[in-house]
Amino acid sequence: MEKLLNELSSDCKAAYDLESDIEIKAQIPENLKRNLSLDLPSIAESDLLRHFTSLSRKNYAVSTTFYPLGSCTMKYNPLVNERIAKFDNFNKLHPCQDEETIQGVLEVMYKLEKDLCEISGMDCFSLQQAAGAQGEFAGLLIIAKYFKSIKQKRTKIIVPDSAHGTNPASAAFAGFDIVSLKSESDGSISPAKLKEVLTPEIAAIMLTVPNTLGTFERNIPEISKIIHENGSLLYYDGANLNAVMGVVRPGDMGFDVMHINLHKTFSTPHGGGGPGAGPVGVKAFLEPFLPFPRVESKGPKFVLNYEKPESIGKLKSFFGNFPVMLKAYAYIKSLGAKGLKNVSEQAVLNANYMLARFKDKINIPAGNRCMHEFVLSPKALFKNGVRTLDVAKRLLDCGYYAPTVYFPLIVEESIMIEPTETESKETLDAFVDTLVKIIREETSLEPQKLKDAPVNTPVGRLNEVEAARKPILKWE
Amino acid sequence: MNVPGDLKYAKTHEWTRISGNKAKVGITDFAQHEITDIVHVELPEIGKQVRREQPVAVIESVKSAFDIYTPLSGKIVEVNDIVLSTPEIVNKSPYEEGYLFTVEFENEKEVENLLSADDYKKLV
Amino acid sequence: MDYTSQSQRDRKEMFKAIGISGINELFSVIPEDLRAKELNIAGGKTEQELLNYFSDIALKNKILTSFRGAGIYDHFIPSLVCEVVGRSEFWSAYTPYQAEASQGTLQAIFEYQSLICALTGLATSNASLYDGATATAEAALLALRVSRKSKILISSALHPEYIQVVKTYLENFKAELVFLDVSDGAVKKEILEANLDADTAAVIIQSPNYFGVIEDMQTLSVVTKRKDSLFVAVVNPLSLGVFKAPGEYDADIAVGEGQVLGSSMCAGGATFGFMTVKKALEWKMPGRIVGQTVDKRGNRGFVLTLQSREQHIRREKATSNICTNASLNALAGCVFLAGWGSYGFKKLAEINISKARYAFSKIKSLEGFKPKFGEDKVFFNEFVIETIKDVKKINKVLLENNILGPLDLSETEKTFKNCLLFCVTEQRSKFEIDRLVEILSKI
Repeated sequence: MEKLLNELSSDCKAAYDLESDIEIKAQIPENLKRNLSLDLPSIAESDLLRHFTSLSRKNYAVSTTFYPLGSCTMKYNPLVNERIAKFDNFNKLHPCQDEETIQGVLEVMYKLEKDLCEISGMDCFSLQQAAGAQGEFAGLLIIAKYFKSIKQKRTKIIVPDSAHGTNPASAAFAGFDIVSLKSESDGSISPAKLKEVLTPEIAAIMLTVPNTLGTFERNIPEISKIIHENGSLLYYDGANLNAVMGVVRPGDMGFDVMHINLHKTFSTPHGGGGPGAGPVGVKAFLEPFLPFPRVESKGPKFVLNYEKPESIGKLKSFFGNFPVMLKAYAYIKSLGAKGLKNVSEQAVLNANYMLARFKDKINIPAGNRCMHEFVLSPKALFKNGVRTLDVAKRLLDCGYYAPTVYFPLIVEESIMIEPTETESKETLDAFVDTLVKIIREETSLEPQKLKDAPVNTPVGRLNEVEAARKPILKWE
Repeated sequence: MNVPGDLKYAKTHEWTRISGNKAKVGITDFAQHEITDIVHVELPEIGKQVRREQPVAVIESVKSAFDIYTPLSGKIVEVNDIVLSTPEIVNKSPYEEGYLFTVEFENEKEVENLLSADDYKKLV
Repeated sequence: MDYTSQSQRDRKEMFKAIGISGINELFSVIPEDLRAKELNIAGGKTEQELLNYFSDIALKNKILTSFRGAGIYDHFIPSLVCEVVGRSEFWSAYTPYQAEASQGTLQAIFEYQSLICALTGLATSNASLYDGATATAEAALLALRVSRKSKILISSALHPEYIQVVKTYLENFKAELVFLDVSDGAVKKEILEANLDADTAAVIIQSPNYFGVIEDMQTLSVVTKRKDSLFVAVVNPLSLGVFKAPGEYDADIAVGEGQVLGSSMCAGGATFGFMTVKKALEWKMPGRIVGQTVDKRGNRGFVLTLQSREQHIRREKATSNICTNASLNALAGCVFLAGWGSYGFKKLAEINISKARYAFSKIKSLEGFKPKFGEDKVFFNEFVIETIKDVKKINKVLLENNILGPLDLSETEKTFKNCLLFCVTEQRSKFEIDRLVEILSKI
């Protein structure tokens, strides 16, 4: 069992030290002084290094294993991008430096915005948002502000029931009421059902394309027409953009607002849960509402424009997560137009190859073809009380991170697989073989093996119920 | 599945035990079983005015959260604090120690509209 | 480079398995008239070309000796922090949803939560938020949710970017924001008393505030509690090595910017925001939380917990829409806090104070420079100086000497004409400070 930092701690040790060339003299008035003991651990540098190195080995990561996590686009994170982001001339800059001393930063932001416009067919982007959910939030605030500006009272957002949880949460956060729309069994939207819920109060519909079942929304032209005739706007959740780069552009399909997850499609690492970046793209008529500042070009120079009177304001301090933007821009520069299209084609090919190999072995609710990901529904094959959760844990024992399970909510016992373009055929084959064996053989022959799983991980299956009932949220 | 005959039920799986103009409310054995391990409960404030079928409490498992609706309109006069510190009691004893709150109801008619034990059994 | 891993032969075999003759068939569901034209994006660079290309861009930025803070600070980052956050097992992992395969990240977050709680003196920490500004906005929302009141009092000396973010976040909530006067550098007790009423959900005070001044948090907290309002402390975590912890003055929520704990400045982000709350508020808190539990064999392990607060379960009823946070920067914060020891951490804070004091006394004795606020004001590593000299010229001359001079406050605060916000951290040597003073003396 791994010790905790407080258990490693012993008297009078430290990993870091600092001296001052000015006499240390800090007289703090009694009413402002800290009296509470600090209780930080005392650990020597070598022990601390071993502690965190040991912890790192207890993670499955893209750099250690296949990570077929549906909807999360866990593609290879190019090492060169990490190296670039560590350049001192990017890292050691203060955000309040004069524009002329951060021209490189502004150039990266300006050019990334232009490239995202080209990829998506939108007219401009704000890069400030720290994650996809914050991108959604910003996009919805823009929609709210737009309707306010044309003096229309629209208070509702349509969200399909197959959408990511952030969609309804972000809409509620932006002050909207949610109208949930039931999607078809393949995750698509029926124009007839859409019409039924459409009222003059609808501000927008949020669509994920391809949808969370991995199928392309073939009714988009019709949906776009219906929505726009109602005076509402069309929002594109770019979580699944990896499937369609160079193939279709949301802007061309009639979308008015969208967000992109740079930490998915554009290869920046997830960092164990962030930081990410969620640029928001809009059509020209919504540009005045974007967060400030905007990076603009003025002759050969790049400048920051804070004069945006109609802007929704700021979502995050300063410019957003610059290193994430930098890595995404480096990724785009290494790929170019051809490479980007190849990424999507290969991602879709890899997913379809896996799907073809699963077909006839495990039920696939959304049919024979998919885009960049697909959902399996193994429920009918389950015996002896085995559930999808057990399959997921068994996969960990086989050296794989588990796919997304129990999402989308509209498929029972679902397993959602997104291979991404960077995995080799050998990896895909080995994974398919493993998962088929688990579901078709082990559930019948060795159900206990699944229920006991995982056994090869640093800890066995963890008790989540007790963790929530009697929360222990820090060292005791 | 336990469905006591002396209680009244709502379609949304709450039970009520009427005594005078007051009604104790909890969730049914069926509901606690469906929710699985209950890890957290949120209760209404005492004194709160509530309308029939309004969500007034929340019951949470590890991976889901369920709104609990009051079967009767009126005023919340008492809540069962024990379920806050030991939420598992709702799983163990949904009809007794694991009840949620007491509502002082206004309208006798609403009581008549609730389901009998037999009707509820048919429902589930 | 496109980082794909299939050979031509692989692709052919895959086509065959799928039953297609070419890649286009996979996209046949997409109507022709929706198809994109060929994108106009330059690229296709090799790794070597990419490094050269970005080296050239990087050279268009200038690294300066910084005497500017205002939310982002030049602090020392130990090599161990760089090593740990540089490990790909940490940075290329996802959010730890599969707990058994994510114990590294989960235990690190648990340690992080413990350290942040120790620092702030409050009961419960989440796993991080995007930054200090959004953490402040989330605190305001939390207070509105819990109290069901609608007014929020905010110190005008809260960082202006935080104020802007709070305004954006609360735009569509029925909340009234009232800003408390700080013309003498800090929030006066009387001003708070005059504005506080029964409808006040929370009082948000930053300390050290935007002007570097340490607020009398104890007194302000006591006043706030008279109306059952929540006291929200926005704090610089480094300053807590010496100044009163939020837990000591009965703050209900403490939030702040974690950049000072081991994240480089990076033009302002990525950093992380932290939030700690009293026990009673933990089920209402936004963001992920890690908890300790046991596995089947009784071994200690860690999981994401209290998850029914979050968007992936509660959807539109979630406490926040946050999903991705700033985990890697929080990890940096964890490694940073773990290595100093209590004595070292306190010393680090004291060096900041001592160096800032040294610079302050030198600058204020220059002709044409004087402290903006009374001498009774205590500061951490930032202070405001008023000058009769040309502020623009000062910074121009400093820049010519590769120095990032103080922030010209008149740019953001109209009432602070000719005022300069200086910052001096442990990174600045006596030599650099003396040189700054010398240049100033010649202007």
